[in-house]
Amino acid sequence: MVGIECLVLGAGQEVGKSCVIVSFGGKRIMFDCGMHMGYLDQRRYPDFSRIPDSSDFTKSLTCIIITHFHLDHIGALPYFTEVCGYDGPIYMTYPTKALAPLMLEDYRKVMVDRRGEEEQFTSEHIATCLKKVTAVDLKQSIKVDDDLEIRAYYAGHVIGAAMFYAKVKDSALVYTGDYNMTPDRHLGAASIDKFLHLDLVITESTYATTVRDSKYAREREFLKVVHECVGKGGKVLIPTFALGRAQELCILLDDYWERMNLKDIPIYFSAGLTLQANMYYKMLIGWTSQKIKDSYATRNAFDFKHVRSFERSMLNAPGPCVLFATPGMISGGFSLEVFKQWAPSEMNLVTLPGYCVAGTIGHKLISGKATKIKIDRETEVDVRCKIHQLSFSPHTDSKGIMDLVKFLSPKHVILVHGEKPKMATLKGKISSELGIKCYDPANNDVVHIPSSQYVKVDASEAFVHKCINPNPKHFESKADNDSDMDPKDTASLPMKEIEYKRVAEGILVMDKTKRPKAVHQNELLAMLGVEEHRIEFA
Amino acid sequence: MQLVSLSISLLIFVFILYMCLEVSSGEFVNTLQTLLSKGNGFHFPPCYILELCGFNVLLECPVDLSALKIFSPIPSHSYQCTDVEDSVSLASNNPSSDEREHKRRKVEKKSLEAKDLICAEPWFKMVTNLHLWDLSFIDMVIISSPMGMLGLPFLTRNKNFSAKIYATEVTTRLGQLMMEDLVSMNMEFKQFYGPEESELPEWLKWNELELLPIELKNILMGEDGATLGAWQSLYSTADVKDCINKCQTLKYAEEACYNDTLSIKAFSSGLEIGASNWIINAPRKNITYLSSSIFESAHAMSFDYNSLHGNDLILFSDFSTLSSIIGASNDANVSGSSQDSQSTATGALRNDLENKDSLISSDDSSEEMDKIAFIGSCAIDSVRQGGSVVIPFGRIGIVLLLLEQISMFLESSNIEVPIFMISTVAEEILAYTNIVPEWLCKQRQENLYSGDALFGHVELLKRKCLHLFPAIHSIEFLKTWQEPCIVFAPHWCLRLGPVVHLLRRWCGDPNSLLVLEQEVDAVLALLPFKPVVLKVLQCSFLSGIKIQKIQSVLDMLRPKLVLFPQDLRVNLPTPSPSSYTVRHYSENETLHITSLKKDFEVNLATDLAFQLRPTMLKQENLAIARVKGNLILHHGKFMLDPVRELVESSTNQRSMKWGPLDPNLLLQALQEKGLNGSFHQEASKVSMILIDDPNKASIEIHAMRTVIRADDESLASLLFEAVKSVLNGI
Repeated sequence: MVGIECLVLGAGQEVGKSCVIVSFGGKRIMFDCGMHMGYLDQRRYPDFSRIPDSSDFTKSLTCIIITHFHLDHIGALPYFTEVCGYDGPIYMTYPTKALAPLMLEDYRKVMVDRRGEEEQFTSEHIATCLKKVTAVDLKQSIKVDDDLEIRAYYAGHVIGAAMFYAKVKDSALVYTGDYNMTPDRHLGAASIDKFLHLDLVITESTYATTVRDSKYAREREFLKVVHECVGKGGKVLIPTFALGRAQELCILLDDYWERMNLKDIPIYFSAGLTLQANMYYKMLIGWTSQKIKDSYATRNAFDFKHVRSFERSMLNAPGPCVLFATPGMISGGFSLEVFKQWAPSEMNLVTLPGYCVAGTIGHKLISGKATKIKIDRETEVDVRCKIHQLSFSPHTDSKGIMDLVKFLSPKHVILVHGEKPKMATLKGKISSELGIKCYDPANNDVVHIPSSQYVKVDASEAFVHKCINPNPKHFESKADNDSDMDPKDTASLPMKEIEYKRVAEGILVMDKTKRPKAVHQNELLAMLGVEEHRIEFA
Repeated sequence: MQLVSLSISLLIFVFILYMCLEVSSGEFVNTLQTLLSKGNGFHFPPCYILELCGFNVLLECPVDLSALKIFSPIPSHSYQCTDVEDSVSLASNNPSSDEREHKRRKVEKKSLEAKDLICAEPWFKMVTNLHLWDLSFIDMVIISSPMGMLGLPFLTRNKNFSAKIYATEVTTRLGQLMMEDLVSMNMEFKQFYGPEESELPEWLKWNELELLPIELKNILMGEDGATLGAWQSLYSTADVKDCINKCQTLKYAEEACYNDTLSIKAFSSGLEIGASNWIINAPRKNITYLSSSIFESAHAMSFDYNSLHGNDLILFSDFSTLSSIIGASNDANVSGSSQDSQSTATGALRNDLENKDSLISSDDSSEEMDKIAFIGSCAIDSVRQGGSVVIPFGRIGIVLLLLEQISMFLESSNIEVPIFMISTVAEEILAYTNIVPEWLCKQRQENLYSGDALFGHVELLKRKCLHLFPAIHSIEFLKTWQEPCIVFAPHWCLRLGPVVHLLRRWCGDPNSLLVLEQEVDAVLALLPFKPVVLKVLQCSFLSGIKIQKIQSVLDMLRPKLVLFPQDLRVNLPTPSPSSYTVRHYSENETLHITSLKKDFEVNLATDLAFQLRPTMLKQENLAIARVKGNLILHHGKFMLDPVRELVESSTNQRSMKWGPLDPNLLLQALQEKGLNGSFHQEASKVSMILIDDPNKASIEIHAMRTVIRADDESLASLLFEAVKSVLNGI
């Protein structure tokens, strides 16, 4: 089979249930196996029946690769392995393998215990599913089989998030998953090798048209409003999911508390989840940013000094405090309970992420100046507290996407995980500014692209060594003339920047039964077993 | 064990041989392999120089720390104070003939005494034959374990050294911590003896060397003085930092590329956390560098042999079975020389251990755990009797296991005894080992997945059962100190670090216990502490592939050629016939390995393939085509891309013709050009075609030669064209 075939099962012109099936060189890989948070019917999962030979997924797919632990990238995995019966190899990074069960279990509980829905998969399903996973390290070359090689690169988005490179024979591609091109408090920026000779890059495009300014300004703003609130004796509610944002904000606050000497004001974590999650973060500190990583010995940055766990009885205790409570977006549970108590006071503050799913309280709070919010039929809450919307996101902005595509310079680009109109704009920009063919398929669309191929030949020693015209300028490092990628990263690998170029000439002998062989002209006669016939003039 | 040494002249000869080969054989022809040192056990791994594709690759750069035993430990105030002053004055003043005579008599004495040890700031012994190399010739260094990098700063502080250094992230970090610990332990000596006055310390001067007892002299000089040059004063913290900055650290199985020619990847060897085996790929070569490996470890990720499959050449560098043989014979020596009354007890302990060793052979890991448990129970026995336990182990992984085991035993026997770990890097090592799940064994990775700490010490620290101190001088330490106790403290050579002070304190206590690794020469190590009353337990740990498994490992990896240590030759059971060739190497001998593949593999770009204009040959289904392209070497692989720039001017291609000429075909070709020739058979092998019109000309056809005679130039070229057209050629 020549060429690469991409079947987009999810996150085509939308955000949610990321899942792309890529077939090339006789291999078929599923990248991500996510679920859609916005749907409760069968649309929540990718339409697996569209996978060729869907009667036996284990046979049909060579492997599954999961980029990170967010539910829109992994949420359907237990269903696919335990219910649909896929039993082949699954790859993800160590942190993803460690943290995914927490996310999945949390989601299952919300679905079953709170909403009383029929169970899609059980706790056991999650456990057996994750047992089948092969954990990988960054940059580790993994031979899935004789032909397929994959490799993870740092993506920055959440802890353990990775972009994946996959190569079969001569064609290669990168599937980015979600990534961030600027470092944040606890994670580094995405980083990948140059010269991967890619046929295709499949990239997320959440912020396809947004260009963001410095993150530090926005972090300062967040700290300022929190400090103002507690300074006046108010309470701060930070609704968040257990993993990722909670740790990032916590590092931010813990550090600030230390510097501003605010240790009298407690920072609380709501029961269970997050403190447990910190244990994982401590062991996985090697996957965070360099600065945090270096803190492991003196004081692990996830050993928060000022953070304690919260008791329900403290809900109405007097005095200022900061509370992290799950779930994020105030979609129910404990964060909602706290919200009900604290929202009526104008001294208090609620911080919300930049994006909240429609239908949540969080969504109502950020979409308008609501003064009264109906929780259910009986309850209505007066909202007098301040609302602060966090404007930092762990996704790259459009400049970052353009930088990455330019850096990798693949032959083709496919955009997924974004909003349709914005994707169209970005697609235009990629083809006009970078001259790279770009596609933005909808769900269940198939994109065919050609792939590169090489002809394998043998070459004699003389052919390789008796090159003419060695071209010394190619021996110089190209390290500084391109890329806005992490300069440290490229600088540390100067050897990779060197290409070794010489012109070789000779004769290619093609035998029907053997691999073609390139020889130097002086070797030809011997190889053919003939004698030269000279033509002379007398 | 003595290092085998070699006279300098022989090494120079090897050098010359190198140069000749390099000149005569061209860039990519051969691989040269030289074993510089076979080392000695876990702490002193073997060291090689490979020449690959014209690059010199140094494998490992260890230090022979066991040689430190020739130095006297730092004198304590209460102990031997006068004695030391004696020897200091001896060393600094010019000794009178009387004193010299006195010393000489000492030399002739039979048994070695503590006084004989060298009282000076210790120097460190590098790989003997490495210092004879011109460091600027080394292009690349590959390091497989923390132990393998302890000598690196000796190289990197030399300004002629510019090689690229590769090691795994974890090896680099642990190696750095071990080096920093050496530097801070050595600091104690620096403070005691003050700065060195001259480049060459007194003890290294010839007249002092002569006076040394033979045992020490052998360690210091080797049998013929060859190792004298290997001694170096220890590097500084700045040297270590500088060295680490020069290391390129790699993740598990991350591919790194030197000069786009040599591509390398590290896979776990199981020997220690972060320790690795390597795959080295280059055009026409793929090499597995197989260092000491352990199939199943209770701390490090196990030997990943699956990833080493299918390479043509294996450099087998696991000498562990050798040291275990020698270790066993050493053992007999120690018990035989029976220095003190306590050695019987020691012997008994040890015999017990030996028996265990021979009995259990099915499961490496459980066998190792049994040893750990045995040490644990001995430690418990000692503290029960009111004695303390000191464990100066150098193996990080074993220390971590012992910590878990001993604390578990203490808890289950309801004994409340503190555990101390005293080292300037203890805190960092413990913290670091808990953040590298990627390099730990499967069970520990399971801890990660269930959210539990990777090692038990995390919990011990939290519960304050384990106390970490950088040194024994702090007030904080004295406040916490309590005996009996269990102490982990470096250094295993018993010359450096806190262990020296602890041993002085406890060596007279029959209830106390010292646990040593088998590799340590206990007689010499304990010399300065005599009389030794405390119990000594020596334990050997698995340090590589077991003898009976070597064969199956090699069979499994399916190489074509194995380079195997001559010293282990007897250990290798009959190599299975015909599957692969084995060549044996010994110290300071250069093996010359011709490439197993004759041809290079080149990837021809598709667009270049489409540009080819093949000519079918009449014989054998052959087609030939001229090919020209940019030859690009990328990650050890060649690619041939179309030439885009216009560099046509410089071509070396010439037209070639071959085979006999068929006169009939030529006549036909001439006819097509409007020329009529007449055929004449001349001699037996020569025929002639004559042409009259438009001018006179002749074509003389020999077997492999055709001669055209024509006065008219345009006619001549017409004939030339005709001849060319009927010959095979390109």
